[in-house]
Amino acid sequence: MSADFTAMTVTELQSALADGATATELTEAYLDRIAADDQTLGSYLHVDPEAALARAGEIDAAGEKTGLAGIPVALKDVVVTEGVPTTSGSKILEGWTPPYDATVAARLKTAGTVLLGKTNMDEFAMGSSTENSAYQVTRNPWDTDRIPGGSSGGSSAAVAGGLAPWAIGTDTGGSIRQPAAVTGLVGHKPTYGSVSRYGLIAFSSSLDQAGPMARTVLDAALLHEVIGGHDPLDSTSIDAPLPVLAEAARRGADGDLSGLKVGVVRELGGEGHTDGYEDGVLARVAEAVALLESLGAEVREVSCPAFDLALAAYYLIAPSEASSNLARFDGVRYGLRVGDDGSRDLDEVMALTREQGFGPEVKRRIILGTYALSSGYYEAYYGQAQKVRTLISRDFSAAYADVDVLVSPTTPTVAFPLGARVDDPIAMYAADLCTLPASLAGLPAISVPCGLSEGLPVGFQIMAPALADDRCYRVAAALEAAQDAARGSRFLDQLPVRSAGESAA
Amino acid sequence: MSTLSEKGHLTRDEVAHLARLARLAVTDEELDLFAGQLAAVLDAVAQVGKAPVEDVAPTTHAVPMTNVFRPDVVRPSLPRDVVLAGAPAAEDDRIRVPRILGEEA
Repeated sequence: MSADFTAMTVTELQSALADGATATELTEAYLDRIAADDQTLGSYLHVDPEAALARAGEIDAAGEKTGLAGIPVALKDVVVTEGVPTTSGSKILEGWTPPYDATVAARLKTAGTVLLGKTNMDEFAMGSSTENSAYQVTRNPWDTDRIPGGSSGGSSAAVAGGLAPWAIGTDTGGSIRQPAAVTGLVGHKPTYGSVSRYGLIAFSSSLDQAGPMARTVLDAALLHEVIGGHDPLDSTSIDAPLPVLAEAARRGADGDLSGLKVGVVRELGGEGHTDGYEDGVLARVAEAVALLESLGAEVREVSCPAFDLALAAYYLIAPSEASSNLARFDGVRYGLRVGDDGSRDLDEVMALTREQGFGPEVKRRIILGTYALSSGYYEAYYGQAQKVRTLISRDFSAAYADVDVLVSPTTPTVAFPLGARVDDPIAMYAADLCTLPASLAGLPAISVPCGLSEGLPVGFQIMAPALADDRCYRVAAALEAAQDAARGSRFLDQLPVRSAGESAA
Repeated sequence: MSTLSEKGHLTRDEVAHLARLARLAVTDEELDLFAGQLAAVLDAVAQVGKAPVEDVAPTTHAVPMTNVFRPDVVRPSLPRDVVLAGAPAAEDDRIRVPRILGEEA
């Protein structure tokens, strides 16, 4: 049997292509795994094998053997793709085929990647378990009775399960990092404004960022470099060059962190702040911190008191922005229209369309956001939340005066069972406790695996100042390399690849 | 508007009012469900009121940026037929919409 392309990192796939493998062979290998396992995992909303193979054939015919040419990729269904159905996990966009490409999708196309398909997600990226998808349940490859995280849970399940070598996710309050953490992947939320939002279906515009989800730190850096950088089509895009990320990851893997100052955030699982955190998670994180210290890093505890209010501020700001953003789904120009029978006026058709097209979590957030923005309440809720956002940024600035990076668990717990939190929004929101501060401050943050607790992956979060994404990659790569060396294998090698026979049962 | 009560409370009627403002034709079951859930969420988010924010400016955007301009150059827009193909209803090369005024108008 030839090499298993679905167990390789992207850098290994690049070598395989250079050594004579074809994009068609790679694509076939992943399509085979999707056909065998996605009945169980439910990671994809849309796969078009013929289109993927046709695209791979074009790349092979062109003879391109450099960069990412011929590497398959999966995109979260929030990324608009020309001619490929895009739903954002919502019934309100069922059957819609976009007439243009998001910048992220266009850049991946230009780089020669092969689109495998569009991955499942919480509706409009609102959720932490992908259970808010209007279409299907997605399962965690480590334990199929558990959540794959969210909202980018289709992407995390696909990459961890070997149904894509890597994938694009989006992160508003943790939706790249949290699913990466609970499935044993590397996931990075870039500095706000450093990856174009053009063509991402908007949830909370001051927070949304697209980023890489991959099997290794270096792969994540390579994917980030391809999608990142200034885009005139996004007016919030930062007009500055990206830091060099893959090089930072390679340098980090050398394992020398001497001189690096690491701050452990007390408010995220430290003393007096352990409520809701699992012991196993805190133990793995403490071991990771000790490992960084053994690589030469100087570790100290840092206090960021305003982080305690991050969850409250986030669940005012994000729903407020969402209530405004989602007003565009009015049944007029695209997507679903309900009740247009000649007897109803526009207002009634709009209300019926939105009632049938949106799921419960989206409705809850629209109502909450409408409340927080309403006259008489705006100052007490939305205005106050924006001031808390300032306090959180100040805590980060004060901390970065003394340390180079801040670290914490990525999530308070390992993957929880499917169904465990669906009826309790507050419990669901708590999954984002550690990822929200960096989101609100617009800062880069990465999640990298740091071991297992009860047989399930634990994520370690590394946060850096704005535009210092390279620090996240450097430190994450150092941790990854040291752990791989101690283990004698890569983290994901602990996840047994299920055979087609098993999953067909 | 004045139908909203004291901060931190959301009654079933208030949820119905907010849903109307947001053009959501919610069902009775949803009203029952959401009123309870939103009260709990509101209780949690109301904690922002505890923050010491005297003289603190609000952050609307993490990256301060103003007046982003581009050259005023004509660029091709999406072809009309392509856009209309995605519309729920089209007629005479236009998007067809329901009437905007009620019967009584």
